[in-house]
Amino acid sequence: MMTTEAMTSATAVEVEYSDIIGVQTFGFWIYLMSDLIIFATLFATFIVLGHNYAGGPTGKELFDLRYTLGETMFLLFSTVAYGMVMLAVHAGKKKAVLIGLAVTFLLGLGFVLMEIYEFYGLVAAGHGPDRSAFLSSFFTLVGTHGTHVTFGLIWMATLIGQVAVKGLTSPVQSRLTRLSMFWHFLDIIWIGIFSIVYLMGVVL
Amino acid sequence: MSQAPIDSTGMSRGTLTSYLTGFVLALILTAIPFGFVMSGAFSPAATIFAIFSAGVVQILVHLHYFLHLDTSSAARWNVLALMFTLLILTLFVGGSLWIMWTLNYRMM
Amino acid sequence: MFGKLTLEAIPYHNMITFSAVVGAVFLGLIIAALITYYGKWTYLYKEWLTSLDHKKIGVMYIVLSLVMLLRGFSDAILMRSQQAVAAGGSLGFLNASHFNQIFSAHGSIMIIFMAMPFLVGLMNIVVPQQIGARDVAFPFMNSISLWLTYAGAMLIMVSLGIGDFSQAGWSGYTPLTEMQYSPTTGVDYWIWGFQVAGIGSTMTGINFLVTILKGRAPGMKLMRMPLFVWTALCTNVLMVWAFPVLTAALAMITLDRYLGMHFFTNGFGGNMMMYANLFWTWGHPEVYIVILPAFGIYSEVVATFSKKRLFGYGSMVYATAVITILSFSVWVHHFFTMGASPNVNLFFGIATMMIAIPTGVKIFNWLFTMYRGRIQFHQSMYWTIAFIVTFAVGGASGVLMSVPPADYVLHNSLFLVAHFHNVLIPGALFGFFAGYYYWFPKALGFRLREDWGKRAFWCWLIGFYLAFAPLYVLGFMGMPRRMAHYATMAWHPYLLVAAAGTAVIALGILFQGIQLALSIKDRKALSDPTGDPWDGRTLEWLTSSPPAEYNFPKIPHVDEIDAFMEMKEEGVAYQRPDHYNDIEMPKNTPLGVIIGSLAFVCGFALVWYIWWLALVAALGILATVIARSWDDDIFKIIPAAEVQRIEDERYRQLATVEPRGFADKPLMPEPAPEV
Repeated sequence: MMTTEAMTSATAVEVEYSDIIGVQTFGFWIYLMSDLIIFATLFATFIVLGHNYAGGPTGKELFDLRYTLGETMFLLFSTVAYGMVMLAVHAGKKKAVLIGLAVTFLLGLGFVLMEIYEFYGLVAAGHGPDRSAFLSSFFTLVGTHGTHVTFGLIWMATLIGQVAVKGLTSPVQSRLTRLSMFWHFLDIIWIGIFSIVYLMGVVL
Repeated sequence: MSQAPIDSTGMSRGTLTSYLTGFVLALILTAIPFGFVMSGAFSPAATIFAIFSAGVVQILVHLHYFLHLDTSSAARWNVLALMFTLLILTLFVGGSLWIMWTLNYRMM
Repeated sequence: MFGKLTLEAIPYHNMITFSAVVGAVFLGLIIAALITYYGKWTYLYKEWLTSLDHKKIGVMYIVLSLVMLLRGFSDAILMRSQQAVAAGGSLGFLNASHFNQIFSAHGSIMIIFMAMPFLVGLMNIVVPQQIGARDVAFPFMNSISLWLTYAGAMLIMVSLGIGDFSQAGWSGYTPLTEMQYSPTTGVDYWIWGFQVAGIGSTMTGINFLVTILKGRAPGMKLMRMPLFVWTALCTNVLMVWAFPVLTAALAMITLDRYLGMHFFTNGFGGNMMMYANLFWTWGHPEVYIVILPAFGIYSEVVATFSKKRLFGYGSMVYATAVITILSFSVWVHHFFTMGASPNVNLFFGIATMMIAIPTGVKIFNWLFTMYRGRIQFHQSMYWTIAFIVTFAVGGASGVLMSVPPADYVLHNSLFLVAHFHNVLIPGALFGFFAGYYYWFPKALGFRLREDWGKRAFWCWLIGFYLAFAPLYVLGFMGMPRRMAHYATMAWHPYLLVAAAGTAVIALGILFQGIQLALSIKDRKALSDPTGDPWDGRTLEWLTSSPPAEYNFPKIPHVDEIDAFMEMKEEGVAYQRPDHYNDIEMPKNTPLGVIIGSLAFVCGFALVWYIWWLALVAALGILATVIARSWDDDIFKIIPAAEVQRIEDERYRQLATVEPRGFADKPLMPEPAPEV
């Protein structure tokens, strides 16, 4: 049943989408599907342009896989940390939620800072995105993922504020659920990136 | 586990055990491809196979243990949307690669 | 401080452009003066700009679309006039650069800023009512989508008076759109107009997908939904899964232009053909986004005005679903000649031919619905019948070109131009007009006059044939598209006929304007007191015209297809419940129009390289979204007493007319009094 009548003291109130949290999370899932298509387009472009070095450096020459492994660990640990956040949300433990969000945030920030440092190094050495099609597609694919993570961090900071001020209200929980979907989704995209861009880039 | 806990929308939600299981599996599935590549001990074909299979399996691990996708009825539309997206991805990415490869070949 | 914006950006030197700009500014000032004179600014702000009501949002979409129709059509008049005179040695009155901007603007506007808002507007007004809902799943996001669309349209409009527009066609092929070959602001306006509107469309797709899947009235299973809802669902699937490709492709051109990257450049490893591939990966689903709602409208209109249930409901649903899936797999037919292998062309050519099959299924179902029905020639039926005949021709010409060897001859000729206008105008636009006439009384409370509407129809139909039939011939004669002037005199007579056709269409548009003006003047006589002017079959006709903000005081329970007709036949359509409840609805908010305005400012600033302003506007959008998420007070309660009052008034009105208990009662309202 879509609409429900919630009994208040005087009259019942008809609410349009009674399972608003389910509707919001499903809508967010559909948004993630559209985001997956954006990434797929960038992946396809990367594969098409990935060997167009224009006399510039190749992935094999540029990538430091231990560094990539480090970034991967930051992101993976932050994804699990968010899992702990959701456990705390369902247990109603506000303080644990805040600590978990802070840990997740720091780990995610670590990932972003590592990536910025990597990009800075490349640009400073003359291997920026304007050097070749390969580098354009590399910076754009990896950078788009990093930008998404950054927006996730902004969202996370906002929710840390909301949890602190409002507590674990229903709308706040709904937002935390959607951020968790976003965060795990970004880790999945990263699996694609380290596999196709970094690892394959070194092998092929 | 007798009955997986669910949240207010009916979707499954995680437990400490399930998150930690997913974590350990993800670590292993990350170590394998990185190990193959960084050691250089295997043929390119074997390495590529390892990268892809570990990647696919790790994605499935994330989808199940972190995003709670399963065969329950609450997750049905989500799984359907994902399957549809995978179909479209195959068409778009596969099609684009085929098209661009033939264009490239005929431009040589 | 102002980037590269200077006073030189205003086109003083081009008489045609400058007078158009002056005219537009003057018109804008007159409208602003009228609003001030009648004291309606507060009303506009409170009732429309800040509204989250899907019905009002829908009306605002359609207003945009009709205005942009006029702008896009002016471009058409200019092109046809130019080609009618620029034969042999004559260069006509438009220089090549101006002509290029005109055809680019024409296509961009008609697809993204006329067709899209029209169909999204109709979906907004109708879909929630047809599924027995009170609003869409995400009303605030709905408002954002609307205002982002307006922002994109305003970027295109502003390009007329400040700077130039793209000369690279609506498809924006690289490397022509790269900085090396298009260094002016034109391509940037095109990029940001499309990108901003495109994000709005993606959000609409998500919104309506969730609304249709999660917001249906109890008992309305998927296979009981009206066909318009099915086509809306499939349209939204296309929007969600196709628009992201455009977003990414436009982003890549943007990076090439703004940061010197090399996705599609002529050197440094760029692959120019990848852009065409990505653009059409989106572009083909886009044209199905435009046509599917029209198919849905035809299904509704044919059933209602044949006084018969739609024939072959199940096969219609499956045909729509097959068209949707197939439309993701045919995009190469837009560039058969780019040089992919024969196998690639073969695969995509066959897929393209296959789309004709479910389309044919739909045409037969419409015909079988009409067969042995009691047809009423309401103006919507005129557009529908014309569609069935004319669209079949357009579809057939598409199947001709789906054969790659044939396409090698016809690609980018006027045959192609004739084909796509043949499916877009009698296909999509006629459908939108049919929907406009069909649902106008529901949205605004009074019908549109039949007499002027039918005159307009004949002008459109005859004008369409005059304007485009010659183009088929010209295509076979070898005339390419987008020619500002030409030497082959043999083409000239055909282009004269085409120009005449444009004049006849212009007359049709004029008649539609007269129709609207006179209908507004006569709105009391044309009013729709029952909410069901056509003896409709689906749930939107259960609400009043216009509906209350909450649509239904009590959400109906649905047992079958054509739920409202079933309720009328059972005699329960107008039964009143024993009591009403409070109803929770979203509150108005200015944040949607604020986000749209900031998006316009950001886009404009990016076009002109005013980096500080772009950053401020972008941060403003972020801040607005964050501020909204902090706001917990986003709903209001409509008290049961207020619902009671509104419903009492409704039933008082219903009592003044003959109730519709049965489907076979005479119901065609008297035509408006001829003056």
